[in-house]
Amino acid sequence: MKSQGRTFRKIIFAVGSVLSFAYVMPFVLVFINAFKPKYDILRNPLSWPKTLDWTNFQQAMEKMNFFRSLTNSIIITVISVSALIVFSSMLAFYLARTKSKLSKVTFLILVASMIVPFQALMIPFMSIFAQFVSLNNRAALVFFYIGFGVALSTFLYHGFISKIPMDLDEAAAMDGANDLTIFWKIMFPMLRPVTATVAIVNALWIWNDFLLPRLVLTPETQTLPLSTYLFYGQYSTEYGQAMAGLLLAVLPIIVFYLILQRQFISGISTGAVK
Amino acid sequence: MNTGYKVRKFGIFAALPLAIFSVVLVLPFAQGFFLTFTNWNGFKYTEFSGVANYTKSFKDPAFWTTLSFTLKFVVVSLVAVNVVAFGLALLVTAKLRSSTILRTFFFVPNLIGGVVLGVIWQFIFNTALISISQRYSLPFFSDSWLNETTTAFWALIIVTVWQSSGYMMIIYITGLISIEQDVLEAARVDGASAFRTLMTIKIPLMAQAFTISLFLTLRNGFMAYDVNVALTGGGPYRTTELISMHIFQDAFAFGNFGTGQSKAVIMFLMVATAALVQVSISKRMEVQR
Repeated sequence: MKSQGRTFRKIIFAVGSVLSFAYVMPFVLVFINAFKPKYDILRNPLSWPKTLDWTNFQQAMEKMNFFRSLTNSIIITVISVSALIVFSSMLAFYLARTKSKLSKVTFLILVASMIVPFQALMIPFMSIFAQFVSLNNRAALVFFYIGFGVALSTFLYHGFISKIPMDLDEAAAMDGANDLTIFWKIMFPMLRPVTATVAIVNALWIWNDFLLPRLVLTPETQTLPLSTYLFYGQYSTEYGQAMAGLLLAVLPIIVFYLILQRQFISGISTGAVK
Repeated sequence: MNTGYKVRKFGIFAALPLAIFSVVLVLPFAQGFFLTFTNWNGFKYTEFSGVANYTKSFKDPAFWTTLSFTLKFVVVSLVAVNVVAFGLALLVTAKLRSSTILRTFFFVPNLIGGVVLGVIWQFIFNTALISISQRYSLPFFSDSWLNETTTAFWALIIVTVWQSSGYMMIIYITGLISIEQDVLEAARVDGASAFRTLMTIKIPLMAQAFTISLFLTLRNGFMAYDVNVALTGGGPYRTTELISMHIFQDAFAFGNFGTGQSKAVIMFLMVATAALVQVSISKRMEVQR
């Protein structure tokens, strides 16, 4: 009985190792080829680089305008996510605590809107907002992210707030606190786990988003995903550079994930159970 | 409570987010729906054209190619992603010492945007695998998988599974660990085999995880764009264009705003119907435990 359990675990371990190897292999390929000159890549993409050659990185950074793209990505993600946290937690508090038909209907509309694919409104969207976009495309993009993200984030907060007893805010109101104080001093600190979920889910989406920035941003304001698209057409010529560029593009988010790993995982699982 | 107070509270807490939501989402959605019944050219419309845009869309052979390709993609990716993700979840919860690290490996592809993934995998299919197959004379990869419609389809599926199974795995893990230990203990005492426990206890008790994960994969399947653009680019000869990319091309590359938008409305109806059907079926399974 015992030995059967052990062989079973060995099999599971072997399967796990093979699978994880398959999942990591593409990253390994990118990594080793980023340091190789073109000829070496063509001859054998699996070989370890003979020397650590940083020229690919230099050229890729220049081509992608790496630091500018990185800064743009960070600015847009941070502002959008913060705004989404503030707006949707307040909206959810209002909708969960106001027992009226209107608030119920509003909530249902928000939930229903989550199945509308962006593609269904992308075309009129661009003609409606053309002027706003040409005025300040980064501000416009942040504004759009708030509009598209508010439904899911409000939904997540709403589920959590509904479980917090009303007595709590009533007691505070009795003590003379106004609504804003009740929300920010009492409610918001209790929402921390959902705030983490909202932050992570939205940050991942906005950081990696491609279609909307592609429609809205210009080369000066491009984000990291847009800058890597440059390497798409250039495949036949500059593999090494492309690999270095891809590595640079994925590094920030992977580092961020490794630091906040536990929050990421619990963020996704709380987000999903709702 | 008086009306002034109510209005003020609405103004402070709800007005701004709801206004932004309406302007960004509701307005273009309504306008887009309306414009499909006119002769809109991207800037203005002069007359109503009834359902002309819709009949024209359905007469477009490329649209039919896209529709069948998309449906095939949605079904196959739905099955493949969920089977793999559930398998990974079982593997990671099997109490191995290495399970945290395995979980990280499986999850990491998810952090990366579709375009970057597409470019990485294009390198793998177009360059790395070909060079490897020449070196070790493996016939399977001697031609790039992206050059032919059937293999390009499977390439899309492989990349999609690789990208999103980690996320769904987390959802299944959450479902698996939410099952109470005494239920499993009781099954073990009764002598139920591991497979039996899985089929009759674990899966029914975590039905909610399946509802969510199936819903997400269904939606992602219909909306897939980034990987499509960066991996196959729709080629060869627009045979691997998923609906999202097809709409984008129709409107922004060929300037067919009328048909582009009516195809987008058709897409919305398909996503909404599929999602409603799936969720109502899954919910029924959840109740039946």
